[in-house]
Amino acid sequence: MLRVDYLAVPGLPTLSFEVATGECLAVEGPSGSGKTRMLRALADLDPADGYVHLDGVERGEIKGPQWRRHVRYASAEPAWWAPTGGEHFPKSARLDRLLSALALDEGHLSRPIAELSTGERQRLGLIRALVDEPRVLLLDEPTSALDTTSAAMVEELIKYQLLAERIVLLVSHDVAQIERLAHARLQLAATTFRRSEGAAA
Amino acid sequence: MNTIPLSAVDLVLAAALLIVNGIISLVFGLRLERSLAIAAIRMVVQLSVVGYVLKFVFEQTSPVWTALVALVMVLVAGIELIQRRERRPRGWLAYGLGNATLLLAGGLATLYAATIVIGPSPWYAPRYVLPILGMVLGNTLTSISLALQTLNEGAERERGAMEARIGLGPTRLQAFSGLLRQSLRTATTPLLNSMAVAGVVTLPGMMAGQILAGADPNEAAKYQIMILFVLAGASGLGAFAAALGSVFLMTDARHRLRLDRQAGARRGANQNS
Repeated sequence: MLRVDYLAVPGLPTLSFEVATGECLAVEGPSGSGKTRMLRALADLDPADGYVHLDGVERGEIKGPQWRRHVRYASAEPAWWAPTGGEHFPKSARLDRLLSALALDEGHLSRPIAELSTGERQRLGLIRALVDEPRVLLLDEPTSALDTTSAAMVEELIKYQLLAERIVLLVSHDVAQIERLAHARLQLAATTFRRSEGAAA
Repeated sequence: MNTIPLSAVDLVLAAALLIVNGIISLVFGLRLERSLAIAAIRMVVQLSVVGYVLKFVFEQTSPVWTALVALVMVLVAGIELIQRRERRPRGWLAYGLGNATLLLAGGLATLYAATIVIGPSPWYAPRYVLPILGMVLGNTLTSISLALQTLNEGAERERGAMEARIGLGPTRLQAFSGLLRQSLRTATTPLLNSMAVAGVVTLPGMMAGQILAGADPNEAAKYQIMILFVLAGASGLGAFAAALGSVFLMTDARHRLRLDRQAGARRGANQNS
């Protein structure tokens, strides 16, 4: 279980919420309301006061790198530090399974990143975030650059992650997608926020 | 010494060559006459003063005077290092980093060269220690500033990729390994170049000076070889220590990227000489 108490993200009201194992929490709010900032704070990429417990362990109790191996932020526009995709993760059976789940193959790993389409890059970025099986996935608009078919594959993959006892926080502007995936919603607004349990409009 | 002493008249004759620059400036409207005159006068005053100071210190051969002059040299080099950086570091730690590594690398290399390699008597003989320190500081300064510039600009430019990498859970040194390698390579390039062309394309300044001062060219060459090795050690050590320290300043104890703590406002490009 992921438990957040009094998380003070700069510019946001203090946040407290819980997400149970195997559940997906949708994070909603207009552009600029701080969804990305909150996810980054949860992954301990930016400093933020307050408490974040994962299965009873507070993030301050373990080292930053160790926390980020369990709590993984996946950006909508993944950045790359090597010329080809394949240099970003070790080869493994798990990698092959993830590639085929998102309709990618070895060829996408050996081609220069710059030659891939935006959607291919986004799917590769998601695979990079998932391949070492972190417990918590902080997905920032994971299907923003995808067509309907690819987006459906990503949704299937997210559902599978939930079945595998992972925790997902999902930022998405696709209302239907949130209805399909989310067990609960967290509403961020510039000044106030409210939480509504499973209250699909 | 079998040098031909230079008289004041000789220097005035040499200074006449500066008129060439003045004429070019006037003809093409470069408006550099004033700057040229000021720079020339500064150079004359600085070098004359240094000549007198060194003469005095050499006559004393006292460890206190040698240490005092060495300290002033390190401080001036530290100020120069800060001024060369385009991005002003924030906080006294970042200011101190370059100077501390300069002192560490320069001091170690100079002591090693003077006491173990040359072995003058007494070991602190200013005639040997101070010129070596000067050359070591100049070269270490360049390699430290190249290493820091490559590392800091690289982190700034590849910020997204660095963040993505850190998000996957490596330690800060693992995340910075590529940029660290790149910055150390850049810092080593001038040294590689100067070793490659030494004696073939250029006659290194120190060796030329010794020959002009009447030294045996063979001895001058041996001194130059020794100096280049000392410079290699000093600039390698300096760049490594500075780059490593800089990684720690650009990150925090939680291994997050914290460029907000490191980078300040960009200075004007023409502000540096």
